[in-house]
Amino acid sequence: MTVYFLCLILFCIGLYCIFRKRNLIKIIIGIAIIEYAVNLFFVLVGYKMNGRVPIYSPDQTILDMVDPLPQALVLTAIVIGLAVIALLVALAMRVYEKYGTFDITKIRRLKG
Amino acid sequence: MTHHLLPLFIIIPLSASFVNSLLGKRIKGFSDIISSIATLSLAVVSVYSVFLIKDSGMIVYRVGGWAPPVGISMVMDGLTSFMLVTVNVVAFLISIYSINYMEKYTEKWNFYCLFLLMIAGMNGVIISGDMFNLYVFLEIAAISSYALVAFGTEHEELEAAFKYAVMGTLASSFILLGIVFLYSFTSTLNMADMSMEIARKGTSCIVLLAGVLFLVGFGLKSALVPFHAWLPDAHPSAPAPISAMLSGVLIKSLGIYAILRIFFNVLGASPKILSVMMVMGVLSMMVGVILAVGQWDLKRLLAYHSISQVGYVILGIGLGTPLGILGGLFHLFNHSVFKSLLFLNSGAVEYAAGTRDLEKMGGLREKMGVTANTSLIASMSISGIPPFNGFWSKMIIIAACVQAGHFAFASWAVIGSILTLASFMKVQRYAFLGELKSTLNKIKEVPFFMKLSMIVLAVICVASGLLLLPDVFKVFLGPARDAVLTGGEYAKNVFRVLR
Amino acid sequence: MKKQEPGMTLIVKTITRLTVGLILLFGIYIVSHGHISPGGGFAGGVIIALSFIHIMLAFGKEAAFKRINQKVASFFESLGAIMFITIAILGMVSGYFFLNFGMKGEPFELFSAGTMPLLNIAIAFKVGSGLFMIVVILVLLKISKKGEE
Repeated sequence: MTVYFLCLILFCIGLYCIFRKRNLIKIIIGIAIIEYAVNLFFVLVGYKMNGRVPIYSPDQTILDMVDPLPQALVLTAIVIGLAVIALLVALAMRVYEKYGTFDITKIRRLKG
Repeated sequence: MTHHLLPLFIIIPLSASFVNSLLGKRIKGFSDIISSIATLSLAVVSVYSVFLIKDSGMIVYRVGGWAPPVGISMVMDGLTSFMLVTVNVVAFLISIYSINYMEKYTEKWNFYCLFLLMIAGMNGVIISGDMFNLYVFLEIAAISSYALVAFGTEHEELEAAFKYAVMGTLASSFILLGIVFLYSFTSTLNMADMSMEIARKGTSCIVLLAGVLFLVGFGLKSALVPFHAWLPDAHPSAPAPISAMLSGVLIKSLGIYAILRIFFNVLGASPKILSVMMVMGVLSMMVGVILAVGQWDLKRLLAYHSISQVGYVILGIGLGTPLGILGGLFHLFNHSVFKSLLFLNSGAVEYAAGTRDLEKMGGLREKMGVTANTSLIASMSISGIPPFNGFWSKMIIIAACVQAGHFAFASWAVIGSILTLASFMKVQRYAFLGELKSTLNKIKEVPFFMKLSMIVLAVICVASGLLLLPDVFKVFLGPARDAVLTGGEYAKNVFRVLR
Repeated sequence: MKKQEPGMTLIVKTITRLTVGLILLFGIYIVSHGHISPGGGFAGGVIIALSFIHIMLAFGKEAAFKRINQKVASFFESLGAIMFITIAILGMVSGYFFLNFGMKGEPFELFSAGTMPLLNIAIAFKVGSGLFMIVVILVLLKISKKGEE
């Protein structure tokens, strides 16, 4: 149970980074932390007490394996997170090229 | 052939996008042709699927031959075919429009790759019968739209795209967290299986928490009011066909359709969540319209109106009565049509006159006849003037509010409609009527494909009132409403068709 | 002032010359044994991309472009995607979309499990060249600092 609380605390640290930091790159790092927290939580949901690794080989029986479905889904979620962060970093570099700064309080052309 | 209909909605745009990325740069004009052919065939197949559902009721397709709950399935019922027709027909018309419009930007084949990927993602969300599959396709569509908003790479477009991307990713993380909680409670990911498990085990805290997380996540994707802040920046900055696509179809397919499917069919609609949705709907209506009246940028005004009209749809759906859900769904279809037409008009004005500011325009009616007339039709539709289509759907929503006893909400809806009429009269007066300014003397009408798509959309606007005739209603809107109303029957129908 | 030659120091260059071929081979091993041991298309594709990025980091971008230039990488990316969806559509001919046709040998053999090794290879093409192109584009973007206008 404490492990789930620690994942939630990691999620809240990421949320704090997105809300309060002023540098674009730190906001991107906050998004990365949130994604790690959600993926970690997903893998931990599938854990069984005293379970083994879910790899099937000729001399193992299928008893006491942890749940393999979250592990396959987290693989997909990690790829999606990678694509989003690559896009955000490219956007941040272009914003720096146009505006000359990474500070979000100075990038405020759109208002109203 | 009908056996293999469902995967076609994903295969056609995906393969068109991949072939386009290989050959689009080498052969000139190839990307236009392949995109038009792909979206035209998608529109034809989606209209055909409406007639297919009429007899059988529900089609379930097992991907890879594995039966659910072990395998992933694609499900088509009345609501699915309704949404598919909305998305694909509008996408076809916008794809034709962008043959001429995107000449002003470089790298047109890039645009078509991302555009077809976005259509594939939206179709995937609509036909998916499995929760994680829905998340994957939602992400495909969302990431393509982040890249498309920043397509012109000017100052404001990049800033708006960054804001949109950060908020959209946060919403997707909330949605994934909700899926994780539901998986830990029911230990299955198939939607039909999940709804049967939740009905069996009863509502516990975890289901309520997952419901709130989904409401936040999908609410941000469909721009409901506490989460609307990305929309007034992102929609004006995109190129005009992408604004029409985002505002017309993306916020509905990714946001409202997912709310309908998950809250009514999987989780079971509890009255608490429905009343929260109604309050959010009314807030969206009023905030959107009040902020829209004071805008001077044409596309920003239209973006605020998107927020307001989505509020109408959510108010209709949140009522929970058959008439309310019918009104909400019909307004969803109407809004796709007339909001896309309005954004395409603003794109035509920008293409010809080079500006989006209402104070710099005037008297465009003399030079741009087609644009002015279609804009008049769309403005009358959105304000709810009979006999155009906006009138019928707004009347059904207001009548449903009165029938359910919420007189306050009905009066707010009427006030919102009056303010919408006021702001569109402002647009018409400043942009199209009045004196032609001397700086605008040399403009001429837009090229052929842009005119064609605007005229077809205007015809659909006028003719959509006919969708309420009893024979047509039984085929198109009726199955959609029944699929939402009979919440728990979704699971039973899926397993009955499979056997 | 010594002329700045591209890349890193001599120690890094020597070690890179020794190990980068092994990294590529290891990536190919993980891709091809995707149906027997953990890994598969995505993980193997990332390792293959990392071997090319390693050359770019240690020797400078011209050396990396001599081995695999941008047009070839873009071609492989589209090729991987088209291969993937062709195999998926071919499954539709004999049954369902994405059906696992092809010879299914004994479990734990290398040539077994139908279409899964081919799909792994297609994903490795796409992910490898895609990741390499992402890093190349981020490197090539020249930052010309313009202040607020």
